[in-house]
Amino acid sequence: MRRSLDALVQLGAPVLLVVAVGLVSTTASPSNQVYFLNALVAVAVVVSIYVFVGNSGVLSFGQISFVAVGAFAAGVMTVPLESKRGVLTTIFPLLRDHTIGNVPSLLLAAALGGTFALVVGLPLMRLTGLAAGIATFAVLEITHNILREWTKIGPGATTLSLVPETTGPLQATLGALVVIGVAFLYQRTRLGRQLRASREDPAAAAGVGVRVHLQRLWAFTLAGALGGFAGGLLVHQLGSITTEQVYLELTFLTLAMLVVGGLTSLWGAVVGALAVSGLDSFLSEAENGIHPFGRGLDLPSGTRLVILASLMAIVLILRPSGLTGGREARLPRLGRRA
Amino acid sequence: MILAALDFQTLSDAVGLGAIYALMAVGIGLVFGVLRLVNFAYGQLIMAGAYTLAFTSTWPLWASILACFAVVVALSLAMETAVFRPLRGQSPAVMLVTTFAIAFLLQAIALIVDLRDGTLGEVAPSLAYLNEPVTIAGAEVRKITLVSIAVAAGALLLLALLLTRTTIGLHTRAAAADFRTARLLGVRANRVIAFSVFLSGLLAAAVAVLMTVQLPLVSPDFALRDTIVVLVGVVVGGIDRLWSATLGGFAIGFVSGLINGLLPTDKTVYLPSAVFALVILVLLLRPAGLFAWGRRAAAERL
Repeated sequence: MRRSLDALVQLGAPVLLVVAVGLVSTTASPSNQVYFLNALVAVAVVVSIYVFVGNSGVLSFGQISFVAVGAFAAGVMTVPLESKRGVLTTIFPLLRDHTIGNVPSLLLAAALGGTFALVVGLPLMRLTGLAAGIATFAVLEITHNILREWTKIGPGATTLSLVPETTGPLQATLGALVVIGVAFLYQRTRLGRQLRASREDPAAAAGVGVRVHLQRLWAFTLAGALGGFAGGLLVHQLGSITTEQVYLELTFLTLAMLVVGGLTSLWGAVVGALAVSGLDSFLSEAENGIHPFGRGLDLPSGTRLVILASLMAIVLILRPSGLTGGREARLPRLGRRA
Repeated sequence: MILAALDFQTLSDAVGLGAIYALMAVGIGLVFGVLRLVNFAYGQLIMAGAYTLAFTSTWPLWASILACFAVVVALSLAMETAVFRPLRGQSPAVMLVTTFAIAFLLQAIALIVDLRDGTLGEVAPSLAYLNEPVTIAGAEVRKITLVSIAVAAGALLLLALLLTRTTIGLHTRAAAADFRTARLLGVRANRVIAFSVFLSGLLAAAVAVLMTVQLPLVSPDFALRDTIVVLVGVVVGGIDRLWSATLGGFAIGFVSGLINGLLPTDKTVYLPSAVFALVILVLLLRPAGLFAWGRRAAAERL
């Protein structure tokens, strides 16, 4: 009874939070709505990173590779046929002559992200510590390099535009909920628990029969699929995208969101993504509010980043385990702990 | 065909870049040794030094360089007190991400300072004359290359003497080998950490001076890309030992220099992929580092 109530709260709290953000976004003005959509897509991306990094304790800088692959796959495949031949002249005829719908494109993004992660993870999941961090970073560099230069699979270094903007409040909310739901189910399965055991003590986990390499590989593949899906949501939100938007800056920002929220819990991933993107939106609105006709080089255009970065640093210094302390959501307990 | 293009100029430039990267690698490796912290904000220390050089470019050269060293060392000691100290003993992920935040913070501050005059980027021209070539045994070498190599060799030699011949150096090495045991034996943690951070700040300032010669236009992302490349080099070389980290830094600088000098740009579009694929391969075969030998080398793989 108690345990199923706990589980309900653990899933319910992030779901309610996301639904609340989704509902508020429908009442916001179109210019403000973009902030809420950004936050919801950030939740999807950060939770996908959490599925691997949070559950395994292995630092990865490569998760945005899967977001990038998902974003470009979903984007290229949904540009309407009539404009595709004019815009994407260099790509393979197969890709040029076919276009798929919104939902199939998200599924395709997830499938590609997952497959890519599986192939990459097969050798890479043997690494731990800094070696794993640098090797996954190398994957990000390779992905970025190929997406940028190989014009037979995408737009290359130019902007991919004319992607249908289907990620409105409904799709952003549902998408974030799907990612949260999958992450929650995974961490409660046998596989998820084995991986979390190996995070706490790899030697002891291996000693009781956990195949750490295999468990990490499953999580990496799942995280890749969710990351690809999140990339699909992202490209359908933006409508146009370049390879630079799914590269270093997004990697650092989303990792920071995860660590600020609390690396080791789903609740932390959701809270971190919403808190940091909420703060970012608030600060950029405040800048505009103070200087309605602000010139590009006005002082406040930099203060947003200064405040954001200092707050992130302060949270990490004062609460290294993150805003949530790395714990799942729970009801406030009265009296002694059960 | 490629080898035909390998002239002395390219080779010496590559060695020069390797020397600068080796200095950065030592700076990062020293702090990692005692704190187990990968300081991503190391590039921003260099950036701060470069801005100091740019803003003081009307001063006499010695005063400008002195100001650069003062600013960078002060900033790096401040970083230690305000950021590294409270984080001591935290997980590597938390420490690394905090230094991301610090790096962003310093970049954001630099952007505001830089934009006061309405244009992005400041020029640090004081040492530009070092870009002129000198002729040695019939071959032309830029002066800055010789200066970089001399500074790197001198700094490494001094550092080696400091670490092996002085008490504080011995304490630092002991702390890098096993921090807890070293403390039990009477090594004072704050002193060795401050010492390492101080040295690493000196190195960052030296790198700032050397780098502004070739890249006199200073912007907030100055040295950012170089830091990432050096971090890769340090881990590929083997971050657990200072000398293997240094060698890794030198190697990646040398290779980047050679590649930039040898290949025409239209042939290098997939080169980053090839280089990073090689990085992955090395890490898979030798997870503890290319230059790490002995029992440590096998320990880091599942």
